[in-house]
Amino acid sequence: MSSTTVTPERSGFSLSEYIVCLNGIVWREALRFLHQRERFVSALVRPLVWLFIFAAGFRQVLGISIIPPYETYILYEVYIAPGLMAMIQLFNGMQSSLSMVYDREMGNMRTLLVSPLPRGYLLFCKLLAGTAVSLLQVYAFLLIAWFWDITPPTIGYLTVLPALMLSGLMLGALGMLISASIKQLENFAGVMNFVIFPMFFASSALYPLWRVQEGSPMLYYVCQCSPFTHAVELIRFALYGKMNWVSLAVVGGCTVVFMIGAILAYDPSRGLVRRGPGGGEA
Amino acid sequence: MTATDAHITSQSSPDASPVAAVQPALSIGNVSHSYGPRRALIDVSFTVQPANFTALLGLNGAGKSTLFSLVTRLFGIQNGQIKIFGHDISRTPGEALRLMGVVFQPRTLDLDLSLTQNLLYHAALHGISRREARLRSAEVLTRIGLADRAGSKVRDLSGGQMRRLEIARALLHRPRLLLLDEATVGLDVKARADILDHVRQLVTEQGIGVLWATHLFDEIMPGDDLVVLHQGRMLAHGGMSRVIADAGAQDVNTAFMRLTGTATLTGKPPT
Repeated sequence: MSSTTVTPERSGFSLSEYIVCLNGIVWREALRFLHQRERFVSALVRPLVWLFIFAAGFRQVLGISIIPPYETYILYEVYIAPGLMAMIQLFNGMQSSLSMVYDREMGNMRTLLVSPLPRGYLLFCKLLAGTAVSLLQVYAFLLIAWFWDITPPTIGYLTVLPALMLSGLMLGALGMLISASIKQLENFAGVMNFVIFPMFFASSALYPLWRVQEGSPMLYYVCQCSPFTHAVELIRFALYGKMNWVSLAVVGGCTVVFMIGAILAYDPSRGLVRRGPGGGEA
Repeated sequence: MTATDAHITSQSSPDASPVAAVQPALSIGNVSHSYGPRRALIDVSFTVQPANFTALLGLNGAGKSTLFSLVTRLFGIQNGQIKIFGHDISRTPGEALRLMGVVFQPRTLDLDLSLTQNLLYHAALHGISRREARLRSAEVLTRIGLADRAGSKVRDLSGGQMRRLEIARALLHRPRLLLLDEATVGLDVKARADILDHVRQLVTEQGIGVLWATHLFDEIMPGDDLVVLHQGRMLAHGGMSRVIADAGAQDVNTAFMRLTGTATLTGKPPT
């Protein structure tokens, strides 16, 4: 025991320390994910229910004309696949961000936050790790969807990766911003009702926007302004090896804004204070 | 002394002890904290010296955990100043946190990960390379007698073993100040004694400054420094014998009762 020495004093952090920290956080998140099979299964069941049941039922109701990035007529299942990929990320982002703010994972957040590296960087790493987990979920979904005749070009599986990383980060940061700044949304049911469902339905995930415009011009503009629509479109285009520059700009810009907002709004005391009786842990 | 001074002093000596001689491991200056209208800490000031065991004694609700959350930067400081070896936790949190190891009251291990995986994760959070982290993990696991369980899931450990692992983890980045918040709560007598012995060894053999929050009087020894916290106020601070004498008491138990005006006892007086 006496052989152990204490750390010498120095200031600042080297690049390698930042990288080691990021690797460690992503590695742990992936390990935990692999241990929680039920979380993996439920993350997959949700979009598959939409694909197998909802899309099958709606196939006859909704005809999809030829719109970019598609070059032929497509089945409804093919149309909603990118929307469902974004939905996986939306749920994952909201779930992991909520647990970062409230106390479900608080013990773990304490371990994370007593790391000497800058707090903003730690939160960024945590969001990145959450995004990495969502990528595993999305690719597992794509694998199953392939057997359901959703077969984008092979290169699409590669080109969609950066799009998914960006959209995952944006949705994770949005989740953190929302849960850190809106006190009322402290449970997942609240987030589902007020954030996830409105975002998902008011977007191009389930129906092309030109059809929405026919029905309700007002809703069309709401959908156009939703960052989730642009996440879906970015993924949709990337999956077919194409680039949607407008969506890229919107998603990129929103990622930066949400991330900065989330880091500023994040207050670790919130989850802690709620633990004790009378509103505070003494 | 400013953080810069401390840094210069430490660089000028290969050994950490000259810094230790002049700089308190932890210095709390006029710290107050409120949760809305409820005041959890009121003007608390004390220091923990290197190679010293300071017991933070208080009943549940005295403000111990709030103080720990402030020292570890989980809460922002509302009033006052907290320094770790001269580094202000608000201004230079990186330098301050690097010198500090913490064992929180609630368990903070990943139960589904192995002992080694938990340690490697902590090491990564401190920027320690994977290779070095593996060496240190093996070393600390051997030291706490859990080397043969390195690959087991933490979930399979006993309460005492988990605590030992948490302490080992807190020491992985070789801090010079160790904070433990009610580290023996929920453990049996033997496990409690083992953990206390282990931490006291760290003080004497490695010169680590320890702040040990507890509500159990029998965990305090005559040579310790004592901080008595009650309803957010610090009622006494000093060597154990001085605190007892100042209170006009015979033992810690009675001193605590006289200071706080309570008759709520937990644990036994030290012999």
